[in-house]
Amino acid sequence: MMNRDSQREFQVLGKPTPKKDAPQKAAGRAEFADDISMPGMLHGKLLRSPHPHARIVAIDASLALALPGVRAVITGRDFPGVRYGNLPQTRDYLPLAIDTVRYIGEEVAAVAAVDEDTAEEALDLIRVEYEVLPAVFDPEEAMKQGAPQLHGQSPGNVSAHTESHFGDVEAAFAQADYVREDVFETQPVKQGMLEPHACVGLWDGFGKATLWSCKMSPYAVWRQLAMGLDIKPGDIRVVQTYVGGGFSGGKQEAMPMDFCALMLSKKTGRPVKLVHTMEEVLIIGHMRHPMKIWLRTGTTKDGRILAQHVKLLANGGAYSSIGGFSIFLAGAMINLPYRVPNMKFEADRVYTNNGFCGALRGHTVVQMCFARDSQLEKIAEDLAIDPLEIRRRNAIQDGDVTANGFRINTFAFDECITRVAEMSGWYNKKGKLPKYRGIGFGCGAHLSGARLMGHSASTAEMRMLEDGTVHLTTGSTDVGQGVETVMSMIAAEVLGVTVDDVHYLKVDSAATPLDPGTFGSRVTLFTGNAVKQAAEDICRQLAEVAGERMGVDPRDLMFFRHEIINRKDEKQRCSLKEIVRWGMFQQGRIFSGRGSYGYSEEKIDFRTGHGNLSPAYNPTACAVEVEVDPETGRVTVVGLWGADDSGTPLNPLAVKGQVIGAAVMSIGHALYENLIRVDGKVMNPSLRDYKMPQATDLPKLADFKHSNVITWEPEGPFGAKEAGQGAGTGVIAALANAVYDATGVRLTSLPMTPEHILFGMKRLQAQNRGQ
Amino acid sequence: MNDLIPVSLRVNGVRYDIAIRPWRTLLEVLRETLGMTGTKRSCGEGQCGTCTVLIDGKAVNSCLYLAVEAQGKEISTIEGPPEGDPALEQIQRSFVAKGAVQCGFCTPGMVVATRSLLSEIAEPSEDEIREALVGHLCRCTGYVQIVEAIQDAASQLAHKGGD
Ligand code: FES
Ligand code: FES
Repeated sequence: MMNRDSQREFQVLGKPTPKKDAPQKAAGRAEFADDISMPGMLHGKLLRSPHPHARIVAIDASLALALPGVRAVITGRDFPGVRYGNLPQTRDYLPLAIDTVRYIGEEVAAVAAVDEDTAEEALDLIRVEYEVLPAVFDPEEAMKQGAPQLHGQSPGNVSAHTESHFGDVEAAFAQADYVREDVFETQPVKQGMLEPHACVGLWDGFGKATLWSCKMSPYAVWRQLAMGLDIKPGDIRVVQTYVGGGFSGGKQEAMPMDFCALMLSKKTGRPVKLVHTMEEVLIIGHMRHPMKIWLRTGTTKDGRILAQHVKLLANGGAYSSIGGFSIFLAGAMINLPYRVPNMKFEADRVYTNNGFCGALRGHTVVQMCFARDSQLEKIAEDLAIDPLEIRRRNAIQDGDVTANGFRINTFAFDECITRVAEMSGWYNKKGKLPKYRGIGFGCGAHLSGARLMGHSASTAEMRMLEDGTVHLTTGSTDVGQGVETVMSMIAAEVLGVTVDDVHYLKVDSAATPLDPGTFGSRVTLFTGNAVKQAAEDICRQLAEVAGERMGVDPRDLMFFRHEIINRKDEKQRCSLKEIVRWGMFQQGRIFSGRGSYGYSEEKIDFRTGHGNLSPAYNPTACAVEVEVDPETGRVTVVGLWGADDSGTPLNPLAVKGQVIGAAVMSIGHALYENLIRVDGKVMNPSLRDYKMPQATDLPKLADFKHSNVITWEPEGPFGAKEAGQGAGTGVIAALANAVYDATGVRLTSLPMTPEHILFGMKRLQAQNRGQ
Repeated sequence: MNDLIPVSLRVNGVRYDIAIRPWRTLLEVLRETLGMTGTKRSCGEGQCGTCTVLIDGKAVNSCLYLAVEAQGKEISTIEGPPEGDPALEQIQRSFVAKGAVQCGFCTPGMVVATRSLLSEIAEPSEDEIREALVGHLCRCTGYVQIVEAIQDAASQLAHKGGD
C-alpha cells in the first residue's frame, strides 16, 4: 500500500482534462436518442388527460385506427395493470392510466404511425369519455377531511410521512437564550435539461424487448420496465444513449413513453420512437417539490444552535416518484453543515392533482438550505453577531458525528467560509455598499451518494485489449458531468496509461455490470472506488505474468507510463504491451478486472433516521452580490464567489463546470424559475415563459469565482468527494440575504420576483413614513 | 404523397434535391430528410438555440425557418463543409479544451452561433459574447466555460489570422 502522499503525486489525476466525448459532441456527431433512426421505424405520440382528476369511462380509438398511416393505438388496458415505482412502499405508477387520471397531462393512450404528423393527427381522433372528479391542488386542503382522495391506500392523501428526533428539543428550547420561528415556501422548479426525453423501443417477435434511451440510471429503468410489463428483467435490454442533460426526473425512471414505445413495437413488429416536445416536458411531472418549511431554532446568546425543529409540508403531486426519500433526505440534511445537537423533524408529502415531484439537482437539500441559512442571517442580526462568525461558531468539523449519526471524515467548512470572505471582499462590502446594492452569505452541504435500502453497490469491469488499452464498463452514466472522463482517469492512474487508452463504454444492460446509476452525487465516490479496484485487479494479474517473466516478486512491480517497473531496481522494466501480449498469446490469459463498492456494512434505520447515510460529506459556502433596480425590483447578480470542499478534485476542469453549473441553476431557482399552475394546469409550458438563466444573467467572469478547498477524503477514490450538487445549495439563501442587504426586504418565498421585491420595498417605505 | 414539393437546398456546400411537405421546417428537413442530426431539436419554438444553423453566414433558429425559404441560400450546419472549415474546427477545439461541453446538447448550436459571431466580430468583448449567447440556453455549464471557450477561439483565430 502506497502512502497517502505518494498517491497524491498523480500521473493522470488532478490535471484539468478535457471531456473525452466532447470532440464528438462539439462536432454534432454524438448520437442522442432522437437522432436514432431504424429501418421501418414508426413514430409514437401520447394522448394526455385534460382533467386534473377524472375517471376514464371509455376510450374509443376506432377513428384513429382508421386514419391512413396509423399502425397501432394502445391504452392502459394493453398493459398487465402492475404498478411500478421507485420505492417498494410507494409503487403507484402505471404505464398508462387505466381507470383514473390524477393530473392534467397524465398519459391515457398512445399511437404509433408512419410519421409524427400522422400520429399527432390520430391523437385528435381518439375519443375518451371522462367522468370528472373533484380535484385538490393545495396540500393543506388535500389533508383536510372530506378532500378528494387520490389514491385509495393513502388516507388524508399523505403519500409519505417521516419524522425523527435526536436529543431533546423541548429541553433545549427551554434552555435557549433566543428562539425564533419562520416559515419559508418554495416553488415547483423543472430540471430544465435541453434534451427532451426520447426513446426507441423494439420488442422482437421472440420475447426480447430493447429500449434505447437517454437514461441516467438505466438499471433502475430496466427493473421498472420489467415490473410494469410484468416480464422477466432478463428479457429486457436497456441501452443508454448520450444523455442531453439529466438533473434527475424522467431520465431517472421508466416513463410512460418508454413503456409505450415497447408496447407499440410489440403490436406493430416495428421499432417505435417517442420524443417529448418541450411543452410535454414542462407539463408532465418531474420537478422539485414545492415546500412549506416551518423552522424553529433556539440558540445561546452567542449564537450557538441548541435545537432546531422543522415541520415540512411537500406538495407531491399526483404520484410518489422518489418522494418518500425526498422528505427523508430533507430531514437528514438538517444535520449539515452546522452542529445541531437537538433536532426534531416532521414531514408530510401530500398527493395533489398536480404533476408529480421528485428529485432535481440538490434534491430537497436546496429548499432546506434556503430556509436555514435565511433564518441564520436573521438570528445573527438579532444577536448582533457577524454573519460569518455565527456560521463559524456552529460549523461542523472533521471527525464530528452528527446527532443523526453522520460520521464526518473531512469537512473543511471553516476554510470555505474564510476563502469566500477573502474572494468576495466581504468585510469591505458588508454594510458598506451603496444603496440598492447588497451582499449575502449562504452555506450548504451535500453527500457523496446515499446508501439506500435497495440497491446501493456500484460495480466496474475492465478488460485489457492486446494493444495495452482497456475497455471499462460500469453501470454509471455520463450525463455531461464527466463520468466517462473521470472514470477513465482513475483507471489510467492505476494502470499507468493515458486517459485515451481507456475506452469507457455506455451502459447496456446486456453487457455492463449492474449499478444503481447516476444520482445523488454517488458516481465519483461509489463507482470511482469500484473502478479503482477493477484496475488494481488487472494490475495484479499483469504483475503475476510480469513478475514471472522478469523474475521479480509481483508485489514489487509498479505501473508507470506504459511500463511495468521493479520498484526496487528501476532499471528492470518491460513494456505493458509486451506483458499483455505475452500473457494473452502465450498463456491464453484473459486480463479482466472487477471492482465493487457498496459501503453497506452498516445500515440506516429509515424509521428513526439514524445512521451514516453517505461515505462522505462536503460543505460549501458562497457570497453573492446583487444590485436591485428600485424602479422595477429587478435583481442583477453582480458577483458570486463560492468555495467547496470536494475533497481532492480528480478532474479540476470538470469540477469547475459542475460547481458553476450548480450555482447558476440556483440563481434561476432563486430569482425566476417557477412552474405556474392554476387548478392543476401549467400556465407556462414553454421555455419562453419558464425562464431559465441566460448568459447575460451571470456576473462578469472577473466577479464569478470558485475555489476548491482541497482535502483528502479517506473514503473517496484518491481523496475525492462530490462536486455537482453541493455548490448550488448555499446560493439561494445567499441571494435572499443579499436582496435583504440591498433593500431591507426579507423574502421567505421563492422565486424572489421583481414584483415581490418591489412590493416589499413599497411596504417598507410606507412603514417608515408611518413612523 | 401528393403534398410533396420539390426543393433544392445547399447545405455545407453540397446540393440536395429533395421532395418535402411545404410546411416542413429547415430543422426537420436537415434531421429527418437529410439525416444530418448534428443540429438539435429542443424547444421547437425559437427559445433555446440548440437548432442554430447559418443561413448566408447569419445564425438562425432552424426550427422557425421553413425549408422552402432556404432555397437559393447557403446553409451551414455543425457538420461543416466536406473540405473542412478551419474556423469551425478551432471553435470546436476551444470548446473541448475549455470544458465548455458537458451534456453537449446545446453545443452544436453554441458552436455554430460562435462561428457567426466571430465572423462578424473577430475579437468580441465579454459583453458582446454574452449578448450573442442570448437565446442559447445551456442548463449544464452555467455559461462560464462557454464564454471562456469563445474568448479562446477568438484569440487563437486572431493569432492565425495573419497567415
Ligand atoms: S429548437 Fe429551435 S430554438 Fe429551440
Ligand atoms: S452542455 Fe448541457 S445544455 Fe449545455
